[in-house]
Amino acid sequence: MNAFAEAFVWIGDPAHWSGPDGIPTRLAEHLGYTGLTVLIAVLIAVTLGLYIGHTGRFRGVSIGATSALRALPTLGLLTFLAIAFGFGIRLALIPTIIVLVVLAIPPLLAGAYSGIESVDPRTVDAARSMGMTEWQILWKVEIPLALPLIIGGVRSAVLQVVATATVAAYISLGGLGRYIIDALPVRDYTKVLVGALLVTLLALVLEGILISIQRLTVPAGVRAIRTTPSLRRQRAYGRNASAASRAS
Amino acid sequence: MTWVLANIGQIGDLTLDHVLLSIPPILLGFLLAVPIGWLAHRYRVSRGVLLTVCGLLYTIPSLALIVAMPTVLGTRILNPANLIVTLTIYAVALMVRTATDAFDAVSGDVTQSATAVGFGAWRRFWQVQLPLAGPVLLAGLRVVSTSTVSLVTLGALVGMSGLGYFFTNGYQRNFATEILVGIIGTILIAVVFDVLLVLAGRILLPWARVDAAARRNARTARTKAVAA
Repeated sequence: MNAFAEAFVWIGDPAHWSGPDGIPTRLAEHLGYTGLTVLIAVLIAVTLGLYIGHTGRFRGVSIGATSALRALPTLGLLTFLAIAFGFGIRLALIPTIIVLVVLAIPPLLAGAYSGIESVDPRTVDAARSMGMTEWQILWKVEIPLALPLIIGGVRSAVLQVVATATVAAYISLGGLGRYIIDALPVRDYTKVLVGALLVTLLALVLEGILISIQRLTVPAGVRAIRTTPSLRRQRAYGRNASAASRAS
Repeated sequence: MTWVLANIGQIGDLTLDHVLLSIPPILLGFLLAVPIGWLAHRYRVSRGVLLTVCGLLYTIPSLALIVAMPTVLGTRILNPANLIVTLTIYAVALMVRTATDAFDAVSGDVTQSATAVGFGAWRRFWQVQLPLAGPVLLAGLRVVSTSTVSLVTLGALVGMSGLGYFFTNGYQRNFATEILVGIIGTILIAVVFDVLLVLAGRILLPWARVDAAARRNARTARTKAVAA
């Protein structure tokens, strides 16, 4: 456990808090890659996910693609793209962002379409019968109700990206992974541990923030049903009654 | 292609190492996650604690955990135990959630009937809950198996064997074919494991095919596991 103490001493040393290899720079780089990637991936995956969830089309294809992507080894994809397209060391950012976006898409997609799917079809039918257009149903009914699950997808994507951005240091990118990748060959295990601790801390903090956002996005109406016993009973009764009518 | 033929021996060796590094985490993860998942399903208090701990463990970036392991375990950096313990932790963290869902999905009427006809807790678990939770557990195990096979490649960054070696070596030599062989090999191992698990499920869980409801549960659990 002495190694941990040394790692904390390293982190506490003011000399490591400035310059191009200082903690603030590396942290900013790491957050920069994460933010950029998640932004691009959200634009692609959430749009697709909303479409799949609302129309119910291509659902099987997207589930298949999602599990296939899981099998793809990140380090392999990263090194392959870096070499195959001649991005080289100077342009390491391009293959990295591509890989990170590819990895962030499955959880975002799954969160978006399962979110929309989780909306009670009776609620959607009610909205439709009140004369809402499909577009209004999507924006005013489905998205607000699905938001916690959509944010859940963002949460998994952010975690995945923070973890993989660490690996990206291998193809000479910045970020907190640099500490691990630079220190391993010279057997500076204190610095390796520093990298591991900082990355873990970053992941935990981001997770905490996103969980809070996820809680806040639960619509007031849904929260009332969950917490008020009489409403919950009513809802359960409605569900059973409709199940019974379907069965008969 | 010539490279593949010329290096077929090394490809075989690394594939074997990869398989040998993948199996223990998958098996250990499953064996540990089922009882933990049952505890989380059974008691309200343990549920919150166990699921939170698993969520936090899963949050730790994989490379960070692999390189921190020697310090935690007191092992040397090249010891395969570092990788196996790390991947087992991930497998458990991922699987406990699914196992909890799997036991939750077993109908309360069925467990109560089992109790009513005189099943004790032990026999009820083995003969009623576990078989009925089987299909969902299998869905979770397939996700764990695939992600473990893919994570083993990260071991190459700390100098461990397995197909990940082709990634680091290919990158250093600026040789894309070698990396591609590693990627395809890793995916093939994952696919073979998946097919074996599905076959094992067909043989061990013949009722899963009849029970459409269980299949529906398995599908939602898989979506959830993917989303997680």
